[in-house]
Parts: sequence; C-alpha cells; structure tokens
Amino acid sequence: MSVDLEKILRPVESPMKPYEPKYMMLASGEAVVVRQVFRDEIPDLLKAVEPLVHVERDYYDVVAARVYAELLGYYQYRFQDQYVLALQVDGELAAIVNGRQVTPTLGLSLHTLALRRGLRIGAHGFAAKMEYHIDTLGHDEVLVVAESPIGFRRWMIEYKLEKRFETPHELGGVPSWALTKELFDRARSTLVVGRRPVPPDLLDKAMDKILPPSDPPTPPLDPLAATRALYDPTATALVTQRWEMEKGASNA
Amino acid sequence: MRDVYVAGIGITTFTRLEYPLSEIAAYASMMALKDAGVTEVDQLYVANMGAPRVNHQTALASAVADSLSLLPAGAAAIENGPASGAAAIKAGFQAVASGMDDVVLVAGVERMREVNNLEATDFVATLTHPLAEYIYGVTLPAHAAMFTRLYMEKYGVTERHLAMVGVKNQNAALNNVWAHLQQGITMEGILDSPEAMTNNPYVAEPLRFFDACPVSDGGAAIILVSKEKAMELGRPLIRLSGIGQATDTHAVFEREEPTDLLAVRKAAKDAFEMAGLTPDDVDVAELHDAFTILEIAESEEVGFFPKGEGHIGLEKGETALGGRIPINVGGGLKGRGHPVGATGVAQAWEIVTQLRGDGGKRQVEGAKVGLTLNFGGFGNNVVCLTFVRED
Repeated sequence: MSVDLEKILRPVESPMKPYEPKYMMLASGEAVVVRQVFRDEIPDLLKAVEPLVHVERDYYDVVAARVYAELLGYYQYRFQDQYVLALQVDGELAAIVNGRQVTPTLGLSLHTLALRRGLRIGAHGFAAKMEYHIDTLGHDEVLVVAESPIGFRRWMIEYKLEKRFETPHELGGVPSWALTKELFDRARSTLVVGRRPVPPDLLDKAMDKILPPSDPPTPPLDPLAATRALYDPTATALVTQRWEMEKGASNA
Repeated sequence: MRDVYVAGIGITTFTRLEYPLSEIAAYASMMALKDAGVTEVDQLYVANMGAPRVNHQTALASAVADSLSLLPAGAAAIENGPASGAAAIKAGFQAVASGMDDVVLVAGVERMREVNNLEATDFVATLTHPLAEYIYGVTLPAHAAMFTRLYMEKYGVTERHLAMVGVKNQNAALNNVWAHLQQGITMEGILDSPEAMTNNPYVAEPLRFFDACPVSDGGAAIILVSKEKAMELGRPLIRLSGIGQATDTHAVFEREEPTDLLAVRKAAKDAFEMAGLTPDDVDVAELHDAFTILEIAESEEVGFFPKGEGHIGLEKGETALGGRIPINVGGGLKGRGHPVGATGVAQAWEIVTQLRGDGGKRQVEGAKVGLTLNFGGFGNNVVCLTFVRED
C-alpha cells in the first residue's frame, strides 16, 4: 500500500473569502493599491524580503526572517489558513501584511513589513489586514503582538488594543493583545481608509507584476566608520565619501 | 572690534545616530576643520540643550575637545534652549572679534532619539515656565497650536497655508542629502484627498503631523576666524556681519499681544543695524520652522513681509527657491530635522553653503547675503545672524 505523505503534511485549508482590493492616496500623492497575493506570486515577495533579514535596524532583521519563513511555509503548503496582502505603488512592493484564521471567529495577525518608510504605509497595511479579519472573514477579534516599538505605537496605542495576556501568541509565545470588532469600529473614521473599486489602470498595474522596492530599508548609517577604519583624523575619507553622495544626489 | 569670517563648515546627516554625543559633534567638527584647512583651534564652543537630561552626559565641550585631539584649546558648552547653536556662534564671534582668539570652532549637537518621542517632547517642554506652563502639561506643539489659532483668527492664515510651508520645506529637503526627511509630500496627499486626515492627523489642532519638524539626532560645526587668518587660509570670504539677540517673557501668556514675536523683531533689527543691511538685501534665509506657522510669523517679524502678510507672500511663491526671498531651501527644521542644540549651527552651515555657491540643486542663484534666525523657547530667546560674501 502506498501512502501519499504529502497529503498528510499539507494542512487542509479552510474556505476564506477573498479580500476585495482597494486603493488610497499617500501623503506623497501616490496611489497605493492593497490586494491579496496568492501562492504563485510568493516567490516575488520572498526576493524582496530576504535582503531585509540583514538590516539590523528597527527590528527589520527579526521581522523579515519571520515573514520569510511564513511566506515560504504558505508557498510550500505548510501553514494553516494564512493569507497575504501586498501594498503596491506603481507596481512596486511597498508593504506586506499577513495573518491567519485560527477559527471561524478568531483571527491572528502575523506581520506587517513596510518596505517604504515615512508614509504610514505599514499603518495602512495593518488597517487593511484588520478590515479583512473583521469585515470580510467576520472574526470577532484578532490576536496581535508587536515586535518593535514602532509596531507597539501603531497597534497597541493607536487602536487601544485590549490585553489577552492569558493567550500566548503564535509568534514566540508572547502575551497577546486583541483587536475586537468594537475597537475596530471606533478606529474606522480615523485609521481605516481606502476607496473601492480600484480604477482598472491601477489594478492592472498592480496585478501585472510585483516589482521590487526601489528604495528599501537599508542598514543604519555609519557616518563615523570611514574615519575610524582608516584612522583618518582629518576626515579625508569621509569628506570624499560625502562628496560622492552629494554628486550622486545631484545626478539623480 | 575685528571682522569675523567663516572659514570652514561641517555637518552630519540628520537622522537617528547611534553614537555618543561627543562623537557626533566630533564628526561634524572634523569636516569643518578639514574644510577650513586648520588642525588647531584656540577655543571651541559646543552648543547643546539636552545632554545632561537626555544623554546623561555633562561637560560635553571637554569630551569633544579630547575626541578631536584639540587639547589644550579652551572649551565650553553653551545651553540656550533651541537657540543654543546661534548663541554659541555669538560667543565664538565675540572671542574672535575681541582679539582674544584667532580660530574658534563652534559645534552644535543633539541626540534626542536616544529617548522615545514622548520623553523627547517632555524634554523640550522643560524650556517652558516651570510654574506657569510646564506643570499644566504645556508642550511646544501645544504652544504652537495656540499661537496658530490666534494667528488664523487675526490674519486669515489657514491650514492650507500651513500645509504649503510643510510641502515646500519637506520637498526642499530632497535636494539636501544631509536632511532627515527624504520623502516628498503633496498638498493632495496631506490636505485634499479623502485619506488626508489619516495621512496627516492633528497633533495639536490646528497643527497636523506634517506641520511639525521631526525629532532628529545630528551635529553641525563652523570655524570662525579673524580676517588675517581667513586670507591666509584662502577659503571664500564669508563674513559674519551681524548679530542680534533678544529675549521676551518666559511665560507666553504674559505677552501683551501673543501673536507678536517681539524678540524676533528686535534680534533681526539689531542684526541688520550691525551689518548695515536691510531685509531687502537678504538673498536667502534660514528661519526656525519647528512648526510651519513659525516660518510665516518669523518672515514677517524679520521684515521680509508686513505683519500679517507672510502667508500672502507664501501663496505667491515668494519664499520658494526662485522667489523673491527664498526661505529654508535646504529643508529648514521641517525637512532637515531639528536636533535642537545643532540647529542654529546647521542654519549657518546652510547659509555659508549658499553664499559659497555650493548648494547644488537648491542653490539660490547669485546669493551674497544670508540670514539665520534661531528661535529659542517659544520666542523668549532669539538669535539672528547675517552673513555676507565678500569677493
């Protein structure tokens, strides 16, 4: 008798309604499209996430490493009931948010990974994710944790999340917080934005291909490194380096 | 009194810098020393507001002198709130002008992101009156918001004018690689779109998120020298031609007319008189736009526009690059960032860059006269400087 082990290893996926795409305008005046990403596009996301594993800044390393594992697990059918949303500006990947359905009434937020900074893109992505849990999937509440101070400010403080400390979160077993439907309703007017339907040209551009981010987060600046490395008390190396930067910027 | 010239300038990127405060100051100073072509100074002044409270460090000037191997030069730290930078430049000027010193290094530095944003806001709020303001929870955004509301009622300034300053300065920072904010914004994105209220929420109504400068770390430095030394060094002759400093009531509510920034008015008047200049002579200005309303109000008080008409000049594009009086072409505090102790020196750095013609995409064509206004407290201690290029 032959046994198809793959059938045993793959979780049986629950039916989950798809996320209806939306778009919104950023402070920069650019339109960002939020849409669901399915398995066939996960390799494009992995390419963008991998470099961030090496960015020791604002916890990008730990978040990127975990997101990479989650996306790969989803791609390889090793993750139960995960969904992935992508935020794209002109086709370029600007953020990834993901989560999963624990039960038909309980959702679980996994990660919010912003690949562009300074425009509330991560916050918009988190809001879209909560909207998916509460409005589309009909969950009563969503379990949330933060792995960075920025995340804590954005989720726990801005949404005034409730403590569910008795429930260990799947991300590292740390105490959970919860976004309830009531809390989400309170946040709708201030934190949750977006327009539907997405104009066809915007949606087509997003669906066509997930382009890599052109300005992804990078390791922190080390403005003193050149001086220290070269034992250069007159800062010649630094000045040269900065001139190059200025030249590059003026040629941009 | 001898003439005083700026022979060298240096700056760090304004952002979050995870280095000791003295190293940040030393980095900017090394660039300034290199720029000036000097390796020794007679004196150094280090401008800083928060080292003891935020960074648990005192005697900062001694640390910077040693970091730079400038021993045995005299060294002193100068704390004068957000106007520390220009106050330190004034001290450096006095040292050279008096004949006491020939070469003085003035560095400004702050590392505010060592603490979280709530603590940083509280730290800056310690400059308010301890009994009449601070104990009631007043913060600088709150002060600025109340000031803005009065300004709106009295002069017809609107949120659109505030946003115009924010867009102008944050986008100007895109031409300045040292600036903290490297992200362009639009009026539609922060004011007119259905998402604008979420993108740009009120932080202290009527001021919104993009009306305030970011919390930054950074350092800046300049080298002040005598004319003889300047000639010897062969750098472009940029003369620090005018200095004015004035104070106003500590508690803002004690002012007869809170929308009048009398210390700004007096500091600018004194600086112009000393330099033999008028506001019309200024080609480029750095105003202290910690909040967007301040650029509008200060542009009136220094004399670029009649009182109450700064926002009209703004509407006409007169304060933009290419306008009649370009203001904050390097991003200002709004775009470049505001490490409080460094700001006054960074303003001088920008003006000297402009007067040397080194501004690149942000260069004001033919700039010969520049002005900086460093605004301490909520207008209770203000320093105005003028610089002139001598060919």
